[in-house]
Amino acid sequence: MPATPFDASVRQRDASAVIDLFGDINAAAKHGLDAAYADAIAAFPDRVLLNFGAVDYINSTGIALIVGLLARARAEGREVVAFGLDDHYREIFTITRLSDFMSLFPDEDTAVGEQPTPAL
Amino acid sequence: MSTITQTVRRVLRRRPAAALEVDVDLEAVAGHEEFPPFDIAPDDPLLTYFAASAGAVQVDHLELDSPALRAMREAGVKVVVPLVSQGELIGLLNLGPRLSERDYSSDDRKLLEELATHAAPAIRVAQLVREQEAEARERERLQQELRVATLIQQQFLPKELPGLGGWQVAAYYQSAREVGGDFYDFIELPGDQVGIIVGDVTDKGVPAALVMATTHSLLRAEAPRLIEPGRVLERVNELLVDEMPPNMFVTCLYAVLDPATGRLRIANAGHNLPYVATADGPVELRARGLPLGLMAGMTYEEVQATLEPGEGMLLHSDGVAEAHNPEREMFGFPRLLDLVDRTLGGQELIDRILDELRAFTGAGWLQEDDITLVTLQRSSGAGHYDAGPATAAALTNGDAHELLAQFTVPSASGNERIVMDRVADALTGYDLDPARLERLKTAVAEATMNAMEHGNAYREDLPVAVRLYASETAVRVLITDHGGEGDIPEATTPDLEAKLAGLQSPRGWGLFLIQSMVDAVTTSHDGGRHTIELVLHTEGDSNASHPV
Repeated sequence: MPATPFDASVRQRDASAVIDLFGDINAAAKHGLDAAYADAIAAFPDRVLLNFGAVDYINSTGIALIVGLLARARAEGREVVAFGLDDHYREIFTITRLSDFMSLFPDEDTAVGEQPTPAL
Repeated sequence: MSTITQTVRRVLRRRPAAALEVDVDLEAVAGHEEFPPFDIAPDDPLLTYFAASAGAVQVDHLELDSPALRAMREAGVKVVVPLVSQGELIGLLNLGPRLSERDYSSDDRKLLEELATHAAPAIRVAQLVREQEAEARERERLQQELRVATLIQQQFLPKELPGLGGWQVAAYYQSAREVGGDFYDFIELPGDQVGIIVGDVTDKGVPAALVMATTHSLLRAEAPRLIEPGRVLERVNELLVDEMPPNMFVTCLYAVLDPATGRLRIANAGHNLPYVATADGPVELRARGLPLGLMAGMTYEEVQATLEPGEGMLLHSDGVAEAHNPEREMFGFPRLLDLVDRTLGGQELIDRILDELRAFTGAGWLQEDDITLVTLQRSSGAGHYDAGPATAAALTNGDAHELLAQFTVPSASGNERIVMDRVADALTGYDLDPARLERLKTAVAEATMNAMEHGNAYREDLPVAVRLYASETAVRVLITDHGGEGDIPEATTPDLEAKLAGLQSPRGWGLFLIQSMVDAVTTSHDGGRHTIELVLHTEGDSNASHPV
């Protein structure tokens, strides 16, 4: 499968901001991911939902970008959750313990239906 | 001036008949025997004088220190009328004394000048016709020689390639317009070994073809008897020395291959070095020795190598490396070596070389020399990989591993995906749980990223080599970079809390992911190269991880 350039778009759903992620999350995704997060928090959402449903590939640099995003959100007292990860990347989020700090949901409705939890 | 000088000299030396015809006619009038042909040296001042003269010249009136002038006077020439056509001095109209023994009058000279004005174009036409006839005869002679040389050469090229079980053998030969002396051959040897020859005779045409034929016959006769490549070349050199025409010699590479083991022995009589394509990059096999036929008493060094499954070798003549593009740049050995680095062997390597050569030389290229390419590639399934001690614990004892894929990629950002996908493609049809395949893909991608970044500093000229082996119980991937002698650091579990608190860099997940995704990881370095080896068993807990 050829590499797919990263892209992201932001939308609001209820009190949450949803960042729809597309393509590969690698070093080249840094600018796009940062910009999407900045857009997402502009409306002061309760939570930020990361949609990985259209993500093809995440490498270790991509993991580092997500860790950086999560660290920033935690510093701002904002909750970040994720949905749409396939089984393989769920496993990676578990192994890396990202799932300890970012709840994982199978889909958007489930993620939205969950009550926000206080940020750790 | 030099052009004119050479032209006149050519006319007088090589085609005197054109001027002679005129001389004869006029001499008949004058009642003299014909003049002997004059040879005017290019630097003779007489030539300069005639080239600048507008009309008839009275020889006795000239005061020049000229050997040609003295020769003319001795021959009895009294008047010379330069024959000029389209500004070019094409001959001389030489006249002896008049029958009346009186001097030539101004009317005589005017008549002669008028005659010369009309005769010169006609003589020029005659010259051109003869020139073309001579050129046509020369062309026909050359073409005939070309046909003979081609015929001789084709007689000695193999009619078919040997069928070696577990090996792909490919060859390409294209003669230049002026057939050179390239040749190649395969010789059956005792013990199911095969001799492989690539040679090149200096010079072109029939002489080169004849020397090639002799050399070829000697090699065919001596190789099965002596076997050892060094001894074969020594013997053939001794036999050739006395027969070799002056200024000719033969470069020749002779290799003996044992197809069962991949063992290769070579000796080299001044021929281009063969390239062995390995997963760690191409290697030149250097064996010293002077060309055949130069001097007696030569010895030839012998070197050995073993072609592992998937590895290949290229034997080649000068025609590729010394090809020029329109800017007169040479294709060069580094470009050839780079192609070997990117393609391990077989027909694919020959096709790539020819494609690259065509792109380099451009349309309308006139091939300067014969091109000979011979490639051998040991099939990946030809043998079984003997797992080394580093992996013995991770593998089932005695489990045979088949090489499924072997390739290199340049160290460029994003190429880890290419490696990941090629490994996955090579495992298509292999009985591996999809979840475990995904884990292997991630480990392979991370190991490749590390190799490109830390081993090769993202230098695209330093490729990352990948080998994939599989057995019934495990998959092994070896990823090699040019990272020098330093050790690859041990994987540690990242401190996520510290990273989230901003106390550590968010990076540093690569080695941890590699270690977590597969069942065993070992690293080694050899000769400036790092290799990381990943082992994944076909059976296991798909969801289990192996954190450090």
